[in-house]
Amino acid sequence: MTLLNPDADERSAELARARRRRNRALFTLLSGIIAAVVLFEGFFALRDSQAPKLVVALFAMVWGGGGMAILYLIANQLVEFTPSAWQRRLTPIVFVLPAIAFVVYFLALPAVRTFIASLFDRDGSNFVGLANYITVFTEPFMLVTFRNNVLWIVFGASFTIIFGLLVAALADRSKFENLAKAIIFMPMAISLVGAGVIWKFIYAVRDPSDVQIGLLNAIVVAFGGEPQAWIAMLQPWNNLFLIVIVVWMQTGYAMVLFSAAIKSVPTDIIEAARVDGAGEFKIFFSIIIPSIMGTVVTVSATVIIFTLKIFDVVLVMTGGQFGTDVIATQFYNQYFVNRNFGLGSAIAIVLLLTVIPVMVYNLRQFNKRETL
Amino acid sequence: MAKSKGNPFPRVFVNVTLVVICLLWLIPTLGLFVSSFRPRDEIMSSGWWTIIPHKVWVTTEQFTPDPSIDRNGVMTFEGATGTFEELRKGVESADGDKRVVWIGNKRAGTVQVQEKEWSGAPATTLQNYHDVLAGKNVTIANNQEEAARKGEDMADAFINSMAVTFPAVVIPILMAAFAAYGFAWMRFPGRKMVFALMVALLVVPLQIALVPVLTDYVHLRLNGTYMAVWLAHTGFGLPLAVFLLYNYISTLPREIMEAAIVDGASHFKIFWRLVLPLSTPALASFAIFQFLWVWNDYLVALIFIGNVPGVQVLTMRLADMVGSRGSDWHLLTAGGFVSMILPLIIFFSLQRYFVRGLTAGSVK
Repeated sequence: MTLLNPDADERSAELARARRRRNRALFTLLSGIIAAVVLFEGFFALRDSQAPKLVVALFAMVWGGGGMAILYLIANQLVEFTPSAWQRRLTPIVFVLPAIAFVVYFLALPAVRTFIASLFDRDGSNFVGLANYITVFTEPFMLVTFRNNVLWIVFGASFTIIFGLLVAALADRSKFENLAKAIIFMPMAISLVGAGVIWKFIYAVRDPSDVQIGLLNAIVVAFGGEPQAWIAMLQPWNNLFLIVIVVWMQTGYAMVLFSAAIKSVPTDIIEAARVDGAGEFKIFFSIIIPSIMGTVVTVSATVIIFTLKIFDVVLVMTGGQFGTDVIATQFYNQYFVNRNFGLGSAIAIVLLLTVIPVMVYNLRQFNKRETL
Repeated sequence: MAKSKGNPFPRVFVNVTLVVICLLWLIPTLGLFVSSFRPRDEIMSSGWWTIIPHKVWVTTEQFTPDPSIDRNGVMTFEGATGTFEELRKGVESADGDKRVVWIGNKRAGTVQVQEKEWSGAPATTLQNYHDVLAGKNVTIANNQEEAARKGEDMADAFINSMAVTFPAVVIPILMAAFAAYGFAWMRFPGRKMVFALMVALLVVPLQIALVPVLTDYVHLRLNGTYMAVWLAHTGFGLPLAVFLLYNYISTLPREIMEAAIVDGASHFKIFWRLVLPLSTPALASFAIFQFLWVWNDYLVALIFIGNVPGVQVLTMRLADMVGSRGSDWHLLTAGGFVSMILPLIIFFSLQRYFVRGLTAGSVK
């Protein structure tokens, strides 16, 4: 019979293919739903779990890493069942939407929500307009805060860049390049809290009749001076003793970028200058510095952003006392200690505004590169 | 290096300056490290640098001075001359190899004669690490008595840090890789705008996000759980992750991609079989970034874990100790080192990837 009617045969085969296709699509959809439910349940299981911590962590890695992979796989297969015009539209969504959703929920949307909160009073019940912003820019304690952030940016960024350049230039000419770089680089692996402990030990002060166990005061006493409480005295210069910590941590970053940039300056230009009798200082300032200017700007922007957001060091070293508050600690104190939600939110928005120039610069750089 | 030939720049100057800077950079950490192995009493009674062998005055002889000596006038013992007040502080003999110190009060004191000797091997101990890891109350068996003293539970915090960090590194990686591929090799409306959003969010301060997210977490009962921190770090880490991976994935050779497409491979297949394996170095550098960032983070943990006991991570414990036991340097130094050991190991063993990530252009 089949031999007699090839058309019908083809049609039924096609129907069977379509049915199988539909069944597969349904099956994928079903497994997608099951996977989603299991992952969702996993969320609650992980949230409420009483199991040993490392077991929970291990399970979370499987849950997070594996779950992601399965969801992507299933979503992609579902898309492949759609007509090809739809496929072209849907595949990019499968690829980029999860990351975008996360970033929007955790960063973009909160900016809006914080801005709205900043227009309300301390417990968010009454609309007060810009009153919180007026407080931010007029209250003496806020002005001290801003002054400190300026100190952080000016001294923190400039010393980081100077030391970074110095070490990069010197290491480039030394046999101990790798060792020296590793030493300068090491503080980058340490937490700001850990660095705070390290430097608190250096600044430790005791009664003048006792032996000084803090290195700085021991040196001062050895030269006949009086021991000082470095991070409490001499306001506002006590801020410098906190800034030193971040210079110590960030110089490694600056050095690595400068070192890479210096090595990419063409050697024949330098050789030619040398043949013409230029001294090393002249070569450094009139050839090397101009050709790595782009890197200098990048490093400055990064270090400025880092110092603007500085929080841990100040909180651990002084808790913001002795006139050392910065924007980030002031935010924490106002919001979480004083429970002034409106003012805290306004401070956070001001912090956001201060980084906008760098944001714009980054976007410009990126656009420039993309059009090339 | 050809540069050095005929280099008029004094090599000695270069190396000396470099050594000085390196010492400046190394000494702070060295002080912490050395102190963490010194007994508690020694930390409090002498600077850590005294472990470097040096000459110290050691008492060789002690006697009660002749009662007939006029104690209000100038006295001389073993070639050292001084009044009572001077002798109390210690007077060196004329030739400088002996020192005489009056111990006790004027009437019934004794006199010690000291000579300079090399300081012996410094005392070392692991007790500080035991105290800082073992728990809140540590009992130590002395020879005579059993003493209880306050310790810290940093072993617990170490486990918490691991439980917080590892998932927070793993979860965002795949998500970021998919997105980076999408931005680099797919064409869809709004691609440029959405990617610009990612770049803009690179520098957004976390402070802006903490409060709204915290509000939602309270509703979801997520506060004080690991989950809270994993999800937050995933969200906060994604812009950098997407940016780093995009920089790498978008420079993969176009021919390979096109050949695969001509062969009829789907985007998913290309991504899974081709791009992901080729991107291992970039994935590694982001993983190190994220590891160091999460492990060393204090702010996010402080807000989302808060004071819930038993979940506290190392940075929180350490910061608490600075506040509550600010002069217990035997605990702080050991605790500080405990918090640094894992990131230092990872950092130095994978430094290559870390540097590559840095130079790929990070602006976090």
